[in-house]
Amino acid sequence: MAVRVQFENNNEVGVFSKLTNSYCLVAIGGSENFYSVFEAELADTVPVIHASVAGCRIIGRMCVGNKNGLLVPNSTTDTELQHLRNSLPDTVCVQRVEERLSALGNVVACNDYVALVHPDLDRETEEILADVLKVEVFRQTVASNVLVGSYCILSNQGGLVHPHTSVQDQDELSSLLQVPLVAGTVNRGSEVIAAGMVVNDWCSFCGMDTTSTELSVIESIFKLNEAQPSAIATTMRASLIESMS
Amino acid sequence: MEYITGQEIDGEEKAKILCCQCGTSIEPNPANMCVACLRSHIDITEGIPKQATLHFCKGCERYLQPPSEWVPCALESRELLSLCLKKLKGLHRVKLIDAGFVWTEPHSKRIKVKLTVHAEVLGGAILQQVFVVEYTVNHQMCDDCHRSEAQDYWRALVQVRQKAENKKTFYYLEQMILKHKAHEHTLGIKPIHEGLDFFYPTEAYARKMVDFLVSVLPCRFQHSKKLISHDIHSNVYNYKFTYSVEIVPVSKDSVICLPHKLTHQLGGISPLCIVHRVTNCVHLIDPTTAQIAEVNSTIFWRYPFNSICNPKQLTEYIVMDIELILNKNRKTFPGQGAVSNKHILADVWVVKASELGLSENTIHSRTHLGHILKPGDSALGYALGDSNINDPNFEKLDATKVPDVILVKKHYGDKGARRRFRNWKLKHLAEEKTNLNTATNEYLEFLDDLEEDPAYRQNVNIFHDKSKFQTAVDVDDLGDETIPHITLDEMLDDLNLEDIDMQETE
Repeated sequence: MAVRVQFENNNEVGVFSKLTNSYCLVAIGGSENFYSVFEAELADTVPVIHASVAGCRIIGRMCVGNKNGLLVPNSTTDTELQHLRNSLPDTVCVQRVEERLSALGNVVACNDYVALVHPDLDRETEEILADVLKVEVFRQTVASNVLVGSYCILSNQGGLVHPHTSVQDQDELSSLLQVPLVAGTVNRGSEVIAAGMVVNDWCSFCGMDTTSTELSVIESIFKLNEAQPSAIATTMRASLIESMS
Repeated sequence: MEYITGQEIDGEEKAKILCCQCGTSIEPNPANMCVACLRSHIDITEGIPKQATLHFCKGCERYLQPPSEWVPCALESRELLSLCLKKLKGLHRVKLIDAGFVWTEPHSKRIKVKLTVHAEVLGGAILQQVFVVEYTVNHQMCDDCHRSEAQDYWRALVQVRQKAENKKTFYYLEQMILKHKAHEHTLGIKPIHEGLDFFYPTEAYARKMVDFLVSVLPCRFQHSKKLISHDIHSNVYNYKFTYSVEIVPVSKDSVICLPHKLTHQLGGISPLCIVHRVTNCVHLIDPTTAQIAEVNSTIFWRYPFNSICNPKQLTEYIVMDIELILNKNRKTFPGQGAVSNKHILADVWVVKASELGLSENTIHSRTHLGHILKPGDSALGYALGDSNINDPNFEKLDATKVPDVILVKKHYGDKGARRRFRNWKLKHLAEEKTNLNTATNEYLEFLDDLEEDPAYRQNVNIFHDKSKFQTAVDVDDLGDETIPHITLDEMLDDLNLEDIDMQETE
């Protein structure tokens, strides 16, 4: 299910939120509208948490995470870190990383199994990434852009990349990530995909400007129409019962 | 060796994306929209007004080019197009590819211009758009027309005056002005009692006119200015300038009486002289000695004199007898001025034409017209003895030395016939208002004078009158070969001039 949402009249919702399969971080806004949209979609599956990083609202760009863990930059205050630890499920490991490229959201794109990182990312960070998020790390660029975290977005189902990514690059990335990829846009032609949307395995939030065509591309590549939590009870029922029996 | 085609060099095959609006498959572009969607969503002509106003002056049919210039341009002309484009404010933000007029009804007060523009949108994509701008033509009177409407168009005025009865000098002046095109920059010419007013837009033109007048006629002028308005902040003063030009009050064929001092200065000429001609100085001839003198304006205004007899008073006399005076018989004295060698002195006995046959006693006179007069001819002269003359210089003369008659010129038969057969004409200042009435006797006499005096007409453009050409062949009918006429040679030259003139007007 893809939902259109706006953060204080701003369509770059990927900047102000972080969505994974086990939690959702939402920036503290002037009103609760933004939070409410997430809450309405996600309340019965994952915790939706108000958060800030280093006093900023741009949490989506500052931190990186998946269902296994969350990495925050060194500038995160102890209080914020404590708040995150308290609010997140116990299975999620929160770790502060000392990294020169402190906007982790811009330099890392990941799902629950693989991550693309900025070619200049610190070796130690890469190791922490692999340990905490339990992902395989690849140093890559997307359409010659080093900010892989900004120009592509991944879920376990698929990925959306910068519209200028050539077919060859898409094939290469797709074989690394083991998910189907497609070139596309959000927010009526915006190329900064990760800034314009957030996605997990069953749900996506896009900027208010996103057109229906873009939504349909997003829904099809991330398989959002069939990937409801209830799908476990419907489409997977047969195989589950078979294995249990 | 095989050539590598362009596509193979290009190597990377770009992935197609879906247009974010309509979902058609397109190459990714900066807007990530297909051309059709881009066009429908982005209006590059947004900042350009689609309607504008042009200002047009009906009086002079010119368009206002801001801030203050007025330019004449025809409909659908290049000039008008550039004017229209200048009116559009936002054009600098786009690249103008093409502009042209869309036909509109000439009286509709609407002008439509079709523009094609290019502009860069959303960081890279270039979009072309065609649109039409409608101009409304509004009426606005230009400054020049406004001033002329308000009767406030002149800055400088030249008043030409001659305080005399004999106005032949004015006809001469008109021809001089025409010949030298001195009236080119006048805004208007207005007849005033005793003269003409010439109006000019700037003082310089007026000054030029005054210089011209001074160079062709003996005259003096005074300069004055009237403050119309002034701005103390910018030190701008708005004046109206007036030049008052006074032409000497004597004209051709008048008789004048010189002051005693001036006769000495002019080589002992006798005080009673005929004004032989007026060019840039007054040419005098003494009928009793054929002595000549020239009086320029400086001398004239130092020793002013007035005419005592004017051509209106001319009476016709019949020459009964004439006796030429040979040079050796002439009285000469040391210090005598120049003597005309074109004239021959003669003793002449005349009778008034009106009294011919009635009275036996002939009047004796001395004349300078010995070369043209024969017994039986008629001549025009002033009956000085019979006239009542009020002139201070004349009163000082010894009454016994004043001749009874002064003959001025020969009278050539039937004037009416001569005027009818005249195969030439003069031009006139275009304004009908100038009121130099060409039907008057005075004007016709001026034409006669031109015929009689080649030196007088050398400064005048004479034009062949084609309407009279056929009749002119029969000029022999007049019978008298001695009648002065302007040869075809003189006119033929002028004919060329006229042709040139006509080409200019075309």
